[in-house]
Amino acid sequence: MSLDNLNATADALQGIARRFADAAPGCDYWTLRIVDEEHEGLAVRDDVAEPSSIGASRGAMLTVVVGGGVGYAATADLSAAGLAAAAERALAAADLHARLGLFDARLFPRSSTRAEYQSPEAQPWGQMTLSDKLGVLSEACTRLDLGDRIVERAAWLGHRRVQQLFISSDGAEIAQGFRYVHTGLAATAHIAGQTQTRTGGGADRPGQGGLELLAAAALLEDAERIASEAIALCEAPECPSERMDLMLLPSQMTLQIHESIGHPLELDRILGDERNYAGLSFVTPDMFGTYRYGSSLLNVTFDPTLPGELASYVADDEGTPAKRVHLIRDGILERPLGGELSQRRARLPGSACARAADWDRPPIDRMANINLVPNGEGLDDMVARVERGVLMDTNRSWSIDDSRNKFQFGCQLGRLIENGELKGLVRNPGYRGVSARFWRSLDGVGGPQTCEVRGVQNCGKGEPNQSVYVGHASPPCLFRDVEVFGGGL
Amino acid sequence: MRQEHFYALFDALAAGLQGDEILFAGLGAERSDFVRLNQNRVRQAGSVASAGLGLTLIDRGRQADGDCPLSGDADADLAQARALLGRLRERVAHLPEDPYLNFSTEPATSERRLDADLPSTADAIGTLTGLAGGLDLVGIWAAGDVMEGLASSIGHRHWHASRSFNLDWSCYLDRDKAVKASYSGFDWQPDALAHKVNHQRAELYVLGRPERHIEPGRYRAYLAPAALAELMDLLAWGGFGLRDHRTRQTPLLKLATGEQRLSPALTVIEEHKRGLAPGFTDEGFTKPAQVVLIEGGEYRDCLTDARSAKEYGATVNAADEAPESLAIAAGELAADEALRRLDTGILIGNLWYCNWSDRNACRMTGMTRFGTFWVEHGKPVAPLGVMRFDDSLYHLLGDRLEGLTAERELLLAADTYGGRSTDSALLPGALVAGIDLTL
Repeated sequence: MSLDNLNATADALQGIARRFADAAPGCDYWTLRIVDEEHEGLAVRDDVAEPSSIGASRGAMLTVVVGGGVGYAATADLSAAGLAAAAERALAAADLHARLGLFDARLFPRSSTRAEYQSPEAQPWGQMTLSDKLGVLSEACTRLDLGDRIVERAAWLGHRRVQQLFISSDGAEIAQGFRYVHTGLAATAHIAGQTQTRTGGGADRPGQGGLELLAAAALLEDAERIASEAIALCEAPECPSERMDLMLLPSQMTLQIHESIGHPLELDRILGDERNYAGLSFVTPDMFGTYRYGSSLLNVTFDPTLPGELASYVADDEGTPAKRVHLIRDGILERPLGGELSQRRARLPGSACARAADWDRPPIDRMANINLVPNGEGLDDMVARVERGVLMDTNRSWSIDDSRNKFQFGCQLGRLIENGELKGLVRNPGYRGVSARFWRSLDGVGGPQTCEVRGVQNCGKGEPNQSVYVGHASPPCLFRDVEVFGGGL
Repeated sequence: MRQEHFYALFDALAAGLQGDEILFAGLGAERSDFVRLNQNRVRQAGSVASAGLGLTLIDRGRQADGDCPLSGDADADLAQARALLGRLRERVAHLPEDPYLNFSTEPATSERRLDADLPSTADAIGTLTGLAGGLDLVGIWAAGDVMEGLASSIGHRHWHASRSFNLDWSCYLDRDKAVKASYSGFDWQPDALAHKVNHQRAELYVLGRPERHIEPGRYRAYLAPAALAELMDLLAWGGFGLRDHRTRQTPLLKLATGEQRLSPALTVIEEHKRGLAPGFTDEGFTKPAQVVLIEGGEYRDCLTDARSAKEYGATVNAADEAPESLAIAAGELAADEALRRLDTGILIGNLWYCNWSDRNACRMTGMTRFGTFWVEHGKPVAPLGVMRFDDSLYHLLGDRLEGLTAERELLLAADTYGGRSTDSALLPGALVAGIDLTL
């Protein structure tokens, strides 16, 4: 989208905001969050371009606080009449909440924040033609073709632009512009009854930015390695099943942090809101400030301020300014992931993390960027300290209980470690553990030079369901004495 | 959005087509109320009114897809749609010919309306919270209208609209000790809801007994229909699609090649004729009444979408290559006999967060959750703490399957990612001689 079009979008959102504010419903407090989005997806599979897609969305979420209740209404009809109809529905919802509400509406946070944010973007999406983008994907797909043993190949490239304006009756005005680019490669090999898939080319490294992320993904350079590894995994022995040391690369640490630190620390889980769907947490309010979550090497931050990471922003969807805070320091649990409303309900500190997936969902407590702070070791130094273990690379399977405690994760690729040296590949590597104990076995954290910024684009929770982008940065980490296993019946 | 408005929008749009252009348009719209509950009180109450238009422009063997929001204002929506069509026209010229382009060239029409007499949201929530007085109830009420339409310049006109409610909730005793229930459909009967809540109170009584701890190992088990649904949901991820079979990625590959067998008692069918999901595909094809996926434990047909049909020379029989109206044929085990036949073992009310341990072996892992009990002499005697299983469906639905119940439950999906789901499953309970618990 050109700069002129972006300015036109911003002007349009301002116009909608003024239209609403001029005829706002009578209530104690209101917010209006208007979201305008465009997205584009391209993919080439087995040398054939998949149908390309472009899309757009625009709508608004209205929140009202009135008569002791809070009500929400979302609408795609942004005319004066549409907004007025939404206001009527929000007022009716607030009336229901006033009569049967879980909490006193006076706890609802009020925002007067005025701020702006734009994603960094070195090379705008529009600077490359559609034909050129498809050309890169076609070439990458061709390079994945290492013969008949490769049974499916794919390369993809996507872009998403979100322009959001949040206003409130207290004078808040927060304009945020997000741009995302995601890329990826996948090669699937099949040999003698064994099928293995390997991904790469930035597949788990989406970020905020422009086409500079496509260059960084190195689709063409990465293709042959990915296809080769898929073939090699088919022919590799099964990962052994025994207790051993475990080295996780950043491509798996992303998932480990996400599932067994991020989700358990969500304050709405701890408050019980999510118990019917996403679950609760083994973490209880009394643990903050004293509980040993992990070894002293474990330091974890909530950091929505890191430029280019997937979930960076200037303020959350309740209008609370974002800032970096420690969740876990030197292994001790410090604070949960909870927005202002949850903080007041729980009487705990938190973070600016009340986020909504889109204009048609109200904000709930979410991760943003949850990062594990590097320590000082190099990868080789950590490997050298392992007598018998396995290194695992790139998540492919995730399962954890509703308290986010008992987990089992699987990876695409494993490599044995024996007497301080990396050895051969093993296939179908997996491991099990319990969050409350697992992080205490952390015995090595890579240095800043080993840290990688990654993220997930499908973090789901909430009723109604919401899927959001979440960033995770981590170095490789070493864990001692973990239950590891391989595949087979 | 109403049917006539969608068709009028399409007609105005199609009037501007140029040359040999072909246009398909799909509508997805909902007008829903959502109320979240926690501690039998309202956590969040709200509503969503949304509509989106998807367009596929086809020209000289090329196709481009796009979507845009609809506001309900006819003039504004037409302008929006025309702008999108213009962008697609610009793009399609730069795209290569698509060898797998496949759309129905036969005009067809259909119309299905599933109506309901819904209570007001305030009345429904008042009824529920009243019935659940004293219980720690948490869950969601979702109700309203869902509309899907398809129109094409070839002459397709399809409409599927439903008005329904979906109440999905659980009642907690302490920490992760809870029982779950759902009440959904088109016929709101407070007495039926009361029966379900009262049943939960009885389950909570057993749940209040001291927890039984068991070690990892293999245990006899009865999987309630909701638990079996979790296994089938995971199997739906790549299990039945033609593309997954042809690229040898399906977890059922060894079944398809005859290296493994499932129980002769197992027949799995995609029942499009159930009619809760639209009976047409985005490309204008009409779905067949049903597709038999597994019959008597042997693999039969795949689900084939339009693109795969062209690529592999097959017939379109699904909108997507994952089930949306799955059924497992009823067995011969009376549901009220299931626990007596189990004798001693585990009653698994629900499973949670299933994923693959090894797709090659159709081996999956997941957690027990909600209403899982230790059973002795055919009676639930104590709740169990959550346990992880890791086992292959070649065992659970193969050599260790002792029986499927004669009674089945119709489970309407409560999913609301991207809108309220129209998926459903009709499933029996399953008695298995052993399930491997690992953690």
